[in-house]
Amino acid sequence: MSENTPVLEFRGVNVHYGPVHVLKDMNVSINAGELVCLLGGNASGKTTTLKTILGMVHPSSGDVVIDGDVVTGETTAQIVSRGVTMVPENRRLFKRMTVKENLEIGAYLRTDRDQLDAEMDHIFEMFPRVKERLSQKAGTLSGGEQQMVAVGRALMAKPKVLLMDEPSMGLAPVLVQQNFDIIERINNEGVTVFMVEQNANMALSIADRGYVLLTGRIVLDDTASDLLANEDLRKAYLGEVD
Amino acid sequence: MTQSLERSVDVEELPPNPVDWSRVQKWGALGGLTMSFVAAIGMVTALDARIIISPWLTMGFVSVGWIPLVYGSIAGNEPSEQGPARAVEGERELVSGLVAGLLSGLFFALFIVLIDAVDFTDIFGRLGPRLVELLTFGKGLAAASAMWIIGSGLLGLAGGAVSVVPRKVRKALAYGIAGVLLVALMEIIVTDITQGLRIEFLSDWIYALNGGLTNQSALVVGLLSAVLGWRSSDQTLTERRQARMQLDPDVRFRKNAIAIAITILAVIFLPMILGGLTNELLANVGLFVLMGLGLNIVVGSAGLLDLGYVAFFAVGAYLTAVLTSPFSPSWAPELTLNFLSWEGWVILGIVLIAAALAGIFVGTPVVRLRGDYLAIVTLGFGEIIRILFLSDWFAPYFGGAQGITQIPSAALGPVEIRGTSSQAMFYLISVFVGIAIYVAWRLQRSRAGRAWTALREDEDVAEAMGINTAAIKLTAFVTGAMFASMAGMLFAVKVGSVFPNSFKLLVSIVILVIVIVGGMGSIPGVIVGAVVLIGILGGPTQPGLLQEFGEFKLLVYGVILVVMMLKRPEGLWPSLRRQRELHQDEIGQDAWLQLEQGAAEGTDS
Repeated sequence: MSENTPVLEFRGVNVHYGPVHVLKDMNVSINAGELVCLLGGNASGKTTTLKTILGMVHPSSGDVVIDGDVVTGETTAQIVSRGVTMVPENRRLFKRMTVKENLEIGAYLRTDRDQLDAEMDHIFEMFPRVKERLSQKAGTLSGGEQQMVAVGRALMAKPKVLLMDEPSMGLAPVLVQQNFDIIERINNEGVTVFMVEQNANMALSIADRGYVLLTGRIVLDDTASDLLANEDLRKAYLGEVD
Repeated sequence: MTQSLERSVDVEELPPNPVDWSRVQKWGALGGLTMSFVAAIGMVTALDARIIISPWLTMGFVSVGWIPLVYGSIAGNEPSEQGPARAVEGERELVSGLVAGLLSGLFFALFIVLIDAVDFTDIFGRLGPRLVELLTFGKGLAAASAMWIIGSGLLGLAGGAVSVVPRKVRKALAYGIAGVLLVALMEIIVTDITQGLRIEFLSDWIYALNGGLTNQSALVVGLLSAVLGWRSSDQTLTERRQARMQLDPDVRFRKNAIAIAITILAVIFLPMILGGLTNELLANVGLFVLMGLGLNIVVGSAGLLDLGYVAFFAVGAYLTAVLTSPFSPSWAPELTLNFLSWEGWVILGIVLIAAALAGIFVGTPVVRLRGDYLAIVTLGFGEIIRILFLSDWFAPYFGGAQGITQIPSAALGPVEIRGTSSQAMFYLISVFVGIAIYVAWRLQRSRAGRAWTALREDEDVAEAMGINTAAIKLTAFVTGAMFASMAGMLFAVKVGSVFPNSFKLLVSIVILVIVIVGGMGSIPGVIVGAVVLIGILGGPTQPGLLQEFGEFKLLVYGVILVVMMLKRPEGLWPSLRRQRELHQDEIGQDAWLQLEQGAAEGTDS
């Protein structure tokens, strides 16, 4: 796969929840190895975008394309087995299961089950803390540790594309920084990352490119550095209200 | 709201713990009401036949006597939720208990006077002279009232004393009382065992001629139990189980293996020395364990509240009836449930396949639903299946309200396993229960088991992890259905006939209560729950050890459920997983945070 093949594409995607038009003619294209963020305020359709990619919500028109294959209408399980996984908002671990069980669920669809130990070792290398907590209930971990497990759980599927829903949500500032370092590191290992964020400044500081979503429509699409310099965006998202 | 706020302020400002009179009044009045209620619904009269200590203490009096004791103890005890327990000084607890008990007794005495004055027998069959006679001990109203007031005052005082005396003493007393009650209530079983072991003289000595313990034997049994309680370990059962989890895996494995071996040996040899009645109880327990294990997968593991579970039990029973009975209305292949020939296996196969199909049929429309909706729809389906069997439409195949009778015995080669031989049935059911336990245990640890747990925990995220939630829910439904259908097959053979009315909603509810009382998601919990509810109290149509409880069974079920939900929501024998969930999550998290902080500080300096 060459560097510039889009690994994930939205081609004119429209999504409706009943009569409500949530995503409007959305076009997104993410290349392999990129770290792209989708910025937008509350109710702008960010989470719906991720759900559409995962096939938990189906577009009313337009196509979702993964690796050049149109996957519109496929089940979540099919899409996950194509190598797309998500770290949900607020981590949402299976709190009453152990850390190890959480990680194993992450690899639920993998067929190469003999590779799981190696995968787990890889995650322990990234997060040594997780290894110490392996037999503990996920719900008893601290927020930062839960974030590590949530990321680890997604990585257990050995994804090509990692979707992150609001990685900074509900974390202390120091942990947010740590979290973004982790995302950058995962991206450097070759995993394409598509991240949905409200914290525009933080997200753009590590992203290659960004899209800005306003009530279901993409209104800006640029490189991260240009977006950071964009006056309108600064006004809208970086707290510089006039 | 403001009141409770004020009270908690008071507590902080007035260290010597004044008696909380409003609390005492409340519990005293509640006690009197409960006692009157228990008497009014006829428990005292009905349970009077059950003698605990001959001739003066019957289960009837125990059914009211526990009330001032327990309520007195509650009245004197500040609820622990409001903060760390304070040092017990004694005076407050004793006074509160005594006064609450006296109040209860006063209320109850008034109740007796009222019953004596007005004969309610026309409206409430139990509220009449018979009850008055029982409650006044034939000593006249005034004397009896005084006795009740003083008696419940003393019981309340004892209740208040519970939190004052040292833990060891409390435990010994509790063991002593429980021991006497247990031995008295298990009279049938104890007599059975002593006869089986040819040591009848023991039970002859323990039990009075007309039932119940004699004064001497009650004293001995009570003392022995008290000694047992005194010497028993201070650890709670949970602590002990948790300690066991810390053991070396090899040691634990060996201990588990020994426990399992003992259980298997007991299952093999116990029925030989037990009599028909006890074996009958055990066989009923086995049937409900089988169903409970299945529902435990659906409700306990996968978190799907299925209220129509009895439908699958009905499917298994009806198919077995059709396949075996010569009286099957339309098609009667007259097979025999014989597992040494192909016929038995064909029946089992057909029953399991039909149950799986029924599971898919019921499951497919409901797997897309969640929580309450799923419960309501399954409730409907359960009733639909029963009414179908009852309908004229199905009557030509399943006999309608007449059901199907004359279901022949099961067999093992030449050996006949007659439904009326409870011992043989117990062995047959035990084999299936054994297999079911193994399958359920393996399933819990399987990939599907993990997926079920994940589903229960967070359905959305489970879906995002690539778990096909609809398929995995359906798997749970189908697995549960197969367990129930096996129970249905055995039930048909055991009872010898099937009628639509054996498969009422109540059966579903009873199985659910077994799972909840035992501990959701716990396999031993299902067994404990079935023993307590079916073996001791009795099932929907099956009598239990306490046959006199018959008509109050549902009331007692309800009370057990409420008390369990308040005091021990994780069940009698919970899976350790769930126990931690319900009691230690927050504490655990705080502890870890502290540890973390400690570690961080340690590395910083």
